Amino acid sequence: MKIGLREDRCSGCLVCQTACSLSLFKELNPKKSAIVIEPRFPTPGNYAVHACDQCGECATACPVGCIEKGDDGVYRIDAESCTGCLVCVEACPQKVMRVHSSREVPIKCTLCGDCIRYCPRSAIYDVDGDIAEKRWY
Amino acid sequence: MLNGYAGTILEVDLTRGAVRKEPLPEKLAREWIGGRGFVAKTLWDRVPAGADPLGPDNIVVVAAGPLTGAPSLGAGRVHFGAKSPATGGYGDANMGGHFGPELKQAGYDMIVVTGRSDEPKYLFIDDDRVELRDASHLWGLGTMKAEETLKKELGEEFQVATIGPAGEKLVNYACVSHDFGRQAGRTGIGAVLGSKKLKAFAVRGTKTIPLADPAAVWAKGQEMYRAVFDNPGMAQWTPEGTAGVVNWANEVGAFPTRNFSSSYFTEHEEINGHALIEKLKPISKGCQGCPTPCGKYSTAKSRLGEAPVEGPEYETVALLGGNLGLDHIEEVAYLNHVIDDLGLDTISTGAVVGFAMECYQKGLLSKEEVGRELAFGDAEAALWLIRKIAAREGIGDLLAHGVKKAGEEFGPIAQAIAPHVKGLELSGYEFRNAPAMMLAYATCDIGAHHNRAWAITYDVQVGQDKVEGKAQKVIELQHVRPIFDHLGVCRLQWVEIGFDYNHYSALLKPVVGRDYTWDDLMAVSEKVWNLNRCFNVREIPGFGRSWDYPPARTWQDPVPDGPAKGKFIPRERVETLLDDYYRLRGWSADGLPTRRKLEALGLGEVAAALADRLPG
Repeated sequence: MKIGLREDRCSGCLVCQTACSLSLFKELNPKKSAIVIEPRFPTPGNYAVHACDQCGECATACPVGCIEKGDDGVYRIDAESCTGCLVCVEACPQKVMRVHSSREVPIKCTLCGDCIRYCPRSAIYDVDGDIAEKRWY
Repeated sequence: MLNGYAGTILEVDLTRGAVRKEPLPEKLAREWIGGRGFVAKTLWDRVPAGADPLGPDNIVVVAAGPLTGAPSLGAGRVHFGAKSPATGGYGDANMGGHFGPELKQAGYDMIVVTGRSDEPKYLFIDDDRVELRDASHLWGLGTMKAEETLKKELGEEFQVATIGPAGEKLVNYACVSHDFGRQAGRTGIGAVLGSKKLKAFAVRGTKTIPLADPAAVWAKGQEMYRAVFDNPGMAQWTPEGTAGVVNWANEVGAFPTRNFSSSYFTEHEEINGHALIEKLKPISKGCQGCPTPCGKYSTAKSRLGEAPVEGPEYETVALLGGNLGLDHIEEVAYLNHVIDDLGLDTISTGAVVGFAMECYQKGLLSKEEVGRELAFGDAEAALWLIRKIAAREGIGDLLAHGVKKAGEEFGPIAQAIAPHVKGLELSGYEFRNAPAMMLAYATCDIGAHHNRAWAITYDVQVGQDKVEGKAQKVIELQHVRPIFDHLGVCRLQWVEIGFDYNHYSALLKPVVGRDYTWDDLMAVSEKVWNLNRCFNVREIPGFGRSWDYPPARTWQDPVPDGPAKGKFIPRERVETLLDDYYRLRGWSADGLPTRRKLEALGLGEVAAALADRLPG
């Protein structure tokens, strides 16, 4: 699975963020998600979509080495050893390592795929095609 | 903790400049669900009888529902309410976008605004931090600029709901605007906020909304989304949004044309959903949780000007297109922008301008009185008049009151063609060939609004000439459709693509942790319908059957052309429809709820409060 983006399809519904928080934390809280939807209104009048592409910059930047790449190619934070310094948040090129006042550890995408599965317009989609795309109108 | 709810009510006293937090009473949540239920109950309890709608005694209620923000289709809805300056009775309006979910994440289910400030203020909400802040730099700004200014000052993640200049000037059909194109449009809530000098709400919330069973909620949410992704209705409704209804409304002879004088607009293909997509090339802009975004956002370019606009949606196309005789979608879209930015309701504004145009055409209104010529099809005249209304200059000052008051000034011929019920202008369906739709408008709690019962589809389904069975269907719809406004979700997936409404009661269970059947929800909806009728009895002197009549054109003038040519609803059929409706509701022949009916609905206190006005 690999996240791909088609920003011109995003309608700003935030289903991706809702799905992300429910998947990662079993909580209803779009602010605790690893996706950023950036509305750009009144002009130019569209949405920018930011999602993790597992580039690994966060792991490179982490001073305590608590972000490691798994066999599945996904970088994960070891919450036990994370010091909450937030250097990774600064380093993230997509600005999708997010902080929330309820947590010391940043929020990081685990590539669970729920944003892809439930984006109604496949604005977020699976480049590898493992998750079927929705028809788009 | 009340699962499904944020748990707190914000009490905002503008007179004292004070904000107070109160726990959401469990009894209120259980018995009135949320959204519209909270608004209706709070207005009944807290608006002093006889309060001036634009005085400090009126209140504004903003309420989310238990499904607002939930992983549900269309969970972006929030409800606004106040005693309406347009009707003098119960007023409410429902709004999409992201304001409702944000409010709940900040920790609040409901805001109750009371009193009046001397200076312009806006309500700042950042989780627990709530302040009334100076809004003198926002006063006078259009809704677009006001929202943009607040987002620049506070941050993009703040959700803003604001009034425009028309609300500040107390135009009776001023609205509340949000997300550069969503509105709580009807009944003049914007004017009530303007009278209180509250320009805007700005809210950011980062809290988790408590759920009884988060895993079960997400499982049900996933099921709901999967069920719509393959629904064939998606292909029919998503591309053009609500503007896709234009062709159908013309085919069945129901499209408001030239002040509702006709129901067929010959040039409708120039302003239909297809024209919108081809000429404006919009992006789709959805409310929270929506799989079928009807918001279409683009730049409207025409000889009138160029500006960003969300829409036009069906109602706006109907009221500014056919109803003004305008056959360029770009001009309709530009007028849509101007009206949105001024903070006016596109429905009432279109109805008022169309009414003025026909009055001018009939010689009931002179060039001297208006200040220029008016004619159907003249977009520049429409633009000019809209600006006069928002500024309350010249003829605009009278028209700012709406078509009912203007009709009274212009005389009986004008009154017969003034498109309103109870003082609220008709929305986008001409009904002389649709008796159920007529009855829906006649009996709607806020005045002539379609969304409580979009009964025209039933007229078309069972026969547009028939009256038998229509009252029963209207009542059923008046209970089903408003329940979505209690829950905090959009009704359009149910309306448009036939999505089973039992999904919502099933989702409610793991959200709030209590069993609700669909029938339970219908019982709440009927209770609210009767309560709002009682609010009108209490607030509108002499309220009863006489307030439920549509314009006399309904029985005086047959439709002149189109598929409904020759159709009208004879007065005796109007009476039959009202008789059927009142009987089935358990009301008197004068349209008053009986005390016995109210007691059966659990509204014994309401019956007692109105004991001298209501039959036994």
